[in-house]
Amino acid sequence: MSADLIVFLVLALVATAAALGMVFSRNAVYSALFLVLNLVTVAVFYLLLGAPFIAMSQITVYAGAIMVLFLFVIMLLGAQSLAVTNALPWQKPLAAFLAIVLAVESIYIIISRAGPAVAVSSPAASLNSMESLREMAMVLFNDYLLPFEVTSILLLVAMVGAITLTKRERPGLR
Amino acid sequence: MVPVDYYILLSAVLFSIGAFGVLIRRNPLIIFMSIELMLNAANLAFVAFASVNKSFSGQIFVFFVIAVAAAEVAVGLALIVEIFKSRRNINIDELNSLKG
Repeated sequence: MSADLIVFLVLALVATAAALGMVFSRNAVYSALFLVLNLVTVAVFYLLLGAPFIAMSQITVYAGAIMVLFLFVIMLLGAQSLAVTNALPWQKPLAAFLAIVLAVESIYIIISRAGPAVAVSSPAASLNSMESLREMAMVLFNDYLLPFEVTSILLLVAMVGAITLTKRERPGLR
Repeated sequence: MVPVDYYILLSAVLFSIGAFGVLIRRNPLIIFMSIELMLNAANLAFVAFASVNKSFSGQIFVFFVIAVAAAEVAVGLALIVEIFKSRRNINIDELNSLKG
């Protein structure tokens, strides 16, 4: 068993355990922290796959900005633990059954349709180096320039939308 | 070296856990986090395939997905805060009308 495989298996265990911890935590703050752990683990997977830029944006945008926003809202609303209601008592077992069916089906399809084993190699182009970053920037700003600009407009629209939704309406100012 | 199938299997498992979280939890914030988990699982599959094909397009797509997720979270959390302000309650079972 190679060192890469051991690293992968340990991290996969951590990622799965963190995801399960997120779903099953009673307290929403713990859920958010478990999700941060999961996101950081996935960022390490990106490094293993030779995608350093994606790994760093994962940590800064997801684990940094988005999860801090989540924690702010959880604590602002005091929604750490909501009262348990049982409006639909048959729903939880059904949901568990359907989720297990989804997992088993997707794993079965992936295993049964698997081609010849392709290892994730790390050739020169996919090493965590400055060179791969430069190549990715070339592709991003040549082939994907329009989507990049559209993304900036999307972020602007989201920002304006969030401010408009949450701003206090003062009757005197209208 | 790790076969790419392992990454895809892990991605499928994480996606299923996310779907399970959406179905089973009643707290809208945790449902939201489960959606983020599913996006994350899809991103992992993207990067794994990009690494196998030695192409940067998959990584760039993940970059866009992260940006869209940030926009989605900003608007979604603003909506949750607004619903909480108007109803003092964010229980999913009781939010069954679009009227404010």
